Amino acid sequence: MSTAAPEPKANMGQPIPRYDAVAKVTGKAQYGADVALVNPVYAYLVTSSIAKGRIDSFDLADAKTVRGVVDIVTHENAEKLKEAKLFSNGGYTSSTIQPLKSADIAQDGEIVAVVLAETFEAARQAAYAVKVNYTAAVPTTTFGSPGTTSAPAKGQLAQFKEDPKVGDFAKAFESAEVKITAEYGTPAQHHNPMELFATSCVWNGDSLTIYEPSQYVHGLKNGVAEQLGIDADRVRVINSYVGGAFGSKGSMTPRTAIIASIARRLGRPVKLVATRDQGFTIATFRAETRHQVKLGATRDGKLTSLRHEGWEISSRADPYAVGGTKTTTRMYECPNIDSLVSIVRADRNTPGFMRAPPEVPYMFALESAMDELAYELKMDPIELRRVNDTMKEPIKGNTYTSRSLMACFDEGAKVFGWSQRKAEPKSMTDGDWLVGYGCATSCYPTQMAPAAARVRLQRDGHVKVQIAGHEIGNGAYTVIGLVAAERLGVPIDKVSVFIGDSDLPPAPVAGGSNSTASTCSTVIMVCEQIRQKLFKATMPDETLIDKAKETVGVGQTPVTRAAKGDRQIDYERAFDALGVSVIEEYGEWKPDGAPMDAFRAMNKGQMRMVGGPEMKDKIAYAFGAEFVEVRINRWTHEITVPRLLGAFAAGRIMNPTTARSQLMGGLIWGMSSALHEATELDERYARYVNDNLADYLLPVNADVPSVEVIMLTEQDDHINPAGVKGIGELGNVGTNAAVCNAIFHATGQRLRKLPIRLEQLDI
Amino acid sequence: MRPFAYSRPTDANSAVQALSAAASANSPVADAAIQALAGGTTLLDLMKLDVMRPSALVDINPLSDVWSAVNLDGGNLKLGALARMSDVAAHADIQKNYPVVADALKLAASPQIRNMASLGGNVLQRTRCTYFRDVSYENCNKRNPGSGCAAMDGFNRTHAVLGTSGQCIATYPGDFAQALIALNATVEIIGKSSARTVSFAELHRAPGNSPQIETTLMPGELISSFSIQGRWPRSTYFKVRDRQSYEFALSSAAIALEVQDGTIRDARIALGGVATVPWRARKAEGLLKGEKFDDALASQVAEAAFEDAVGSKHNAFKIALGKRVVARALHQAAAMEI
Ligand SMILES: Cc1cc2nc3c(=O)[nH]c(=O)nc-3n(C[C@H](O)[C@H](O)[C@H](O)COP(=O)(O)OP(=O)(O)OC[C@H]3O[C@@H](n4cnc5c(N)ncnc54)[C@H](O)[C@@H]3O)c2cc1C
Ligand code: SF4
Repeated sequence: MSTAAPEPKANMGQPIPRYDAVAKVTGKAQYGADVALVNPVYAYLVTSSIAKGRIDSFDLADAKTVRGVVDIVTHENAEKLKEAKLFSNGGYTSSTIQPLKSADIAQDGEIVAVVLAETFEAARQAAYAVKVNYTAAVPTTTFGSPGTTSAPAKGQLAQFKEDPKVGDFAKAFESAEVKITAEYGTPAQHHNPMELFATSCVWNGDSLTIYEPSQYVHGLKNGVAEQLGIDADRVRVINSYVGGAFGSKGSMTPRTAIIASIARRLGRPVKLVATRDQGFTIATFRAETRHQVKLGATRDGKLTSLRHEGWEISSRADPYAVGGTKTTTRMYECPNIDSLVSIVRADRNTPGFMRAPPEVPYMFALESAMDELAYELKMDPIELRRVNDTMKEPIKGNTYTSRSLMACFDEGAKVFGWSQRKAEPKSMTDGDWLVGYGCATSCYPTQMAPAAARVRLQRDGHVKVQIAGHEIGNGAYTVIGLVAAERLGVPIDKVSVFIGDSDLPPAPVAGGSNSTASTCSTVIMVCEQIRQKLFKATMPDETLIDKAKETVGVGQTPVTRAAKGDRQIDYERAFDALGVSVIEEYGEWKPDGAPMDAFRAMNKGQMRMVGGPEMKDKIAYAFGAEFVEVRINRWTHEITVPRLLGAFAAGRIMNPTTARSQLMGGLIWGMSSALHEATELDERYARYVNDNLADYLLPVNADVPSVEVIMLTEQDDHINPAGVKGIGELGNVGTNAAVCNAIFHATGQRLRKLPIRLEQLDI
Repeated sequence: MRPFAYSRPTDANSAVQALSAAASANSPVADAAIQALAGGTTLLDLMKLDVMRPSALVDINPLSDVWSAVNLDGGNLKLGALARMSDVAAHADIQKNYPVVADALKLAASPQIRNMASLGGNVLQRTRCTYFRDVSYENCNKRNPGSGCAAMDGFNRTHAVLGTSGQCIATYPGDFAQALIALNATVEIIGKSSARTVSFAELHRAPGNSPQIETTLMPGELISSFSIQGRWPRSTYFKVRDRQSYEFALSSAAIALEVQDGTIRDARIALGGVATVPWRARKAEGLLKGEKFDDALASQVAEAAFEDAVGSKHNAFKIALGKRVVARALHQAAAMEI
């Protein structure tokens, strides 16, 4: 065991290395754009340099003279694709701004032409030579720009179901002993996964194969089929690996059907690798948000009233909102709650989900406000959370399936050395450095969705698992392989896992941290079908089967016992008795409370996610406590973060090694969302300015010298057969608030608008 | 990127000949149709972005045998233009005798870039102004003379507060150049017909009315080396940026002091991240000479260094920050144990 492979505690699997580790570090792992195509045409996009207006004309003469140019597709000659509906409105696409449809421009960086050439270089050269003549209109950029329109999210967005409320907020706030009213803001951010937005399309007769990094191969397959007007069974999406996604590859973007249609028209495979800057506008982003939080409390810190109002930017075309009040209104016990989320429209590309979409901005506001309240009350911020901790969410009164928030705070505080903190702001210094400690609650809803899997067990003990899950760096191969190995009692190296292919049984989007819970629960169920067959063959006595089931511990029993039980099954005998060499089982699993049409939707690539606050009579979240030390140079105002620590409890931890790296990455992201990442806007033109990795700041190693992850034991038997809560997004929630809270502690200055840059400090 | 001819001459004369082939005296060097290729970390980037469009590249790396030498003979320092940033930064004698040089190089870019990048290419790196680097913006006087300046009323947080003009406010982004200008370095230049030596301070040109002309190099000319007289053990490079590594300066200062019995005999201050060209704060230096160092003096010097600074919408903070950086850097240099 080592730091990277932590000793498993109770209800944790073995810390095994990543299934795909060697392939990845040796470069053998094949990503979408690595797939060699026969006689491909290379596509290069031309994107608009205005955010609003129309195209008057193209001047393609120069571009056409570039040697190797095959074709240039614009709205004047593009195939008219079928309309796509927004994913949150029952469709597949992340944006209904459909490029190449007309001369109108609705956003900066909209695709206005696709240049096709025999080489990437020729396509790029010709793309620069395409001249587009526009009539530009003055666009609306963001909050405060002239021309925005604002309206409640509820009613415009099917996905947005409620503005949670309970009791009488106004009255309770009015008479509260202690009050906080504060406004917060978070910036636009872009996912910037390492792997660029690439799409290769290959037609074979009337069948289409797409190589594209996707977090949802079944969604993409169905969406593209719909736009092309062909049968979804004729479309196959393949991606063995996704080089990071963070939500940006979750729903179809308009580029895919465009490339597919061009490939069909040219009768040749077409390969597109969009550039880094194009990625800022041809996919989604995390929109900027504004918040107002009001907290009322008694002198001893009990919340009596809470109101959270949020505003989010979306495009003119689409009403998108992350709507995090469904979480922030349920974090703490409080009898009087009110909330409202509004969508503010501007001339922008349609935003979408980005790692912990609602929680990152909304918990920033709530957890900053909680810290403000703690200082107002002269109370330790951890104690304030303890006083308001609850097992029942206040809106509907549902009980948390499990909630280890305070255990996380206590364990985290101990390891971090929270007791060393002097309560007074600006009271800790070290030479030239002002030192501050901050903490915040982290949480993420436990979500699950229907999935299907096929598992094959051979007489020689080899196992093959097929499920159209996604390896986005989350360790999907590893955990899927691990549960199959555990359930069927074979060593992990005998298990082969096949994912990332829409010809495999459907799995949900690798988003909302539902992936491990959904795919592993399904694989567990299908392995159980195999075990049943084996039991039946060896134990014709039905009563014994039930007994065996008990001893091998199906479902919630800890693995160690399950594995022990497994050894008791005599495979050889079972296969002999059955007279076969292979057992192969297919099964479909859906979580409790899944809607009636769950499996139908699953096969059509549509999500039916269940969980979090939207469960029938319970509520399920993973929790954590995050701690940050900041040091601020009193002369230069540079802000450094020498230590980040998170303590988390998230049900069963499948593999402490991969879980730890997920949570570490989360903490780094969370810190970065406070101090580094922000997409800067040119307000005159509604354009993104820093659309490259030199100017869009991400932390480097020197920014994160120490990141510590503590995983607590937690067992939850009320969520799913795998007992998993999901940790993909938990790590980066609350960190931004913890950073700002630490800055306040160091300096006495409360900063409410992210990102924090050194010029905002006034010390 | 447009197609280009590529040649790889093996001696300096042929390199200069090749570079002069299509040189026209009235096109700025940065826009010349034939460009020298050293590490390529600036040039290839800008070619891929279609900002620089040379039709021919003359790869000067075969001259490395001669041009990458680092020479510390006779108390002076000579650095070959093709010496790599990483090699010079790691050179023990330079760390000891010219810490400002070693630090400026070490605190720049990333290890991978420093391994590739040459000193000559480094001083000629071009601005990071995002509007300059994005050809979808028409209005950039540097890229497209007479078209206006998109940064002036745009997002200009990283732009300059010193040496700006009504035409251009782009920051000179490099670090190493501040060390050179502070130490009164000279530049050895070879051209088609002759070689010349100029003061490093004369190499770069402030934007004025022609921001497209960035240096006083003539088309076809190559930098062969840089020279520094004397040793400067009491010198330092102080850099403040948005993250702890791999980032250009928001504000930096190259400081070199000569102190005798507590009295400052000579002082050099150059500023990075805040000016349109490598920037020497001569007036501020003057206040230090003959004085004893203390905090009050440091503040006075810092004020003087930014006396003429003019901020724009998002970068005005650089004036206050720059002053603090100068004061801290002076403090650091004064406190050095040598
Ligand atoms: C992401 C990123 C971050 C960076 N961060 C920093 C930083 O923090 N600080 C910093 O100082 N720099 C930084 N840099 C810039 C980097 O240091 C320069 O790109 C590099 O030093 C250029 O050297 P080169 O040899 O690669 O030049 P090249 O790209 O080969 O050449 C640059 C220009 O100089 C010309 N040229 C090259 N050699 C000569 C010569 N001998 N005579 C005449 N002309 C010549 C070329 O024709 C070309 O026009 C960064 C760069 C990147 C990409
Ligand atoms: S500051 Fe200079 S380089 Fe930047 S846009 Fe203006 S003119 Fe161009």
